[in-house]
Amino acid sequence: MSAVGEVSAGAATAVSGAAPAIATTGLTKRFRGGQLAVDDLGLVVPRGAVYGFLGPNGSGKTTTIRMLLGLVHPTQGGHQLLGVPMPNGSADVLPKVGSLVEGPAFYPQLSGRANLARIDAADRTADPFTAEERITAALERVGLIAARKKHYRAYSLGMKQRLAIAASLLQPRELIILDEPTNGLDPQGTREVRGLIREIATGGVTVLVSSHLLAEVEQICSHVGVMRTGRLVFQGTLEELRARGVARIEVRTTEVERAAEMFGKLGLADVRTSAGEVSAQLADQAPERICRELVYADIPVAGLSTPNPNLEDLFVGLTGEGFDVDG
Amino acid sequence: MSTAEITAAPAGRHGEQPAGARAAARPGALRSWLRLLGSELRLIFRRVRNLALLGVLVVLPLVLGIALWVATPRGGGGPESSFIDQLAGNGIFLSLIALTIMLTLVLPLAVAVVSGDSIAGEAGYGTLRYLLTVPAGRTRLLSVKYAAIVVFALVSCLLVAAVSLILGVVLFPVGPVTLLSGNTVSLADGLLRLLYVTLYVAAAMSALGAIGLAASTLTEHAIGAIAAIMVLAVASEVADNVPQFAVVQPYLPTHWWLSFDSLLRSPIATGDLVHGLLSFAVYAVIFGSIAWARFTSADVTS
Repeated sequence: MSAVGEVSAGAATAVSGAAPAIATTGLTKRFRGGQLAVDDLGLVVPRGAVYGFLGPNGSGKTTTIRMLLGLVHPTQGGHQLLGVPMPNGSADVLPKVGSLVEGPAFYPQLSGRANLARIDAADRTADPFTAEERITAALERVGLIAARKKHYRAYSLGMKQRLAIAASLLQPRELIILDEPTNGLDPQGTREVRGLIREIATGGVTVLVSSHLLAEVEQICSHVGVMRTGRLVFQGTLEELRARGVARIEVRTTEVERAAEMFGKLGLADVRTSAGEVSAQLADQAPERICRELVYADIPVAGLSTPNPNLEDLFVGLTGEGFDVDG
Repeated sequence: MSTAEITAAPAGRHGEQPAGARAAARPGALRSWLRLLGSELRLIFRRVRNLALLGVLVVLPLVLGIALWVATPRGGGGPESSFIDQLAGNGIFLSLIALTIMLTLVLPLAVAVVSGDSIAGEAGYGTLRYLLTVPAGRTRLLSVKYAAIVVFALVSCLLVAAVSLILGVVLFPVGPVTLLSGNTVSLADGLLRLLYVTLYVAAAMSALGAIGLAASTLTEHAIGAIAAIMVLAVASEVADNVPQFAVVQPYLPTHWWLSFDSLLRSPIATGDLVHGLLSFAVYAVIFGSIAWARFTSADVTS
């Protein structure tokens, strides 16, 4: 797979020298019905990154993650995990990869602890003599130690989600893939999971976390990939995403009409007015010059700001509005 | 599956590694396989539904034994040709009667439930994707699943034989066993023959289990797989009793199930036994291969 090498060479790696944690080349999945779920994907997740994998529901995130983990076979293209070609290297590399795919799934009749024991028993690299210890440590880490003997069916959604994360922490990992880990959680649960991800990442583990909500991952991500209808429409650091945003200037004034007129005269585009406020695209104009022109024209300026581009707007701009899933 | 999908996953059927590739750093391949089998067996034998099935396998022979004890004229006997006629003279025939009757429905049902659930049940819960990303290894997981089905089939048959033997000993006289061919062997020899019969029936059920395993890889709904196996078993038994199907009857999966009565003749008529065991082996290999081909190449989207 020489093509993968090309991708990794061009990628911004957080840990220099190491192959990216995830690198896909032309990864494509067409399901039997003919639906193109993932289209020519070139995902690059540098080592040590917390990669926010974003996109609306149905944009192909989960199918991509299933391909990454070898659950679904790509129609075309291939990928490497931690520098190892998949799926041939899965027996070697998957023990170093923890994952949560499309929600938690366990045996309802078993306790949380017994469920982890089952997962651990399936792992041929796991040492049975340390199983008890590792299971306890994983349960402690996600705060489920008190509920370890409870049947899984009696768990709340947040507990189920945390048990799934505990399962991904049974072994030391180099890469953790979490598909919608905050799906269905209340704000409190969302914050807990976010804290957990942050904690995992501080240990140097690469994390890929998918979400359909930018706000949920924005605070913890170093890198972002945005999917829309099976294609990657943006990939880069969070700063690079922000840089793509359009800077705006906002002026608070009592004379909205005249300020808007002045904005027009100065050649500012996309002038919007609301009660007591005028805003426009800043383009390459200096905000202090605009301020001076307003003051010279005797337009009262009660406040002036150039807010950071709104990531949510950028995200929606990239992925389309609302329920627009594009077939 | 389209050709594109097949060519996209060329080597080694979904990344199975040759055994021992990383053996140095791991617990032995066999030990870890046995650990997963242990986990699988705990899952099967602690599941309430399966315990209820095993309960039925215990209760029905007891009911049967008591009913026969009530109905049997005491003091009769003599060398006759059916198990039920023999029962009055020797309690161990209750085991043979119970196995014969349970083979018509209840034993196949128990095996169908466990084998039909094996993969489809995991897919239904969604636990399959977590087992595979551990990674359990698709071929390895399938082999553990089938081994567990065989163990369950064996336990089911031994349970029926043991319970009915105990009841038979309690309710009926016990002594040297008069075989179907008319000659008499010692009780020990008779019990050994009963063990062989039980193992033969377990082999038949294991072959059915392979069919169930294959059906289980085709769906995410365990109940669908279980129903498919039962329909197949019942259809096969019906066809086996319709003279017009005589040509295909030897190839039916259920045709040789009751051929164990040749173990109760002296000398043992090996012809039918060998045919039967061969039939079971062929069914196990064919359906095991179907299960493997399907399971190692399928997309797991559950």
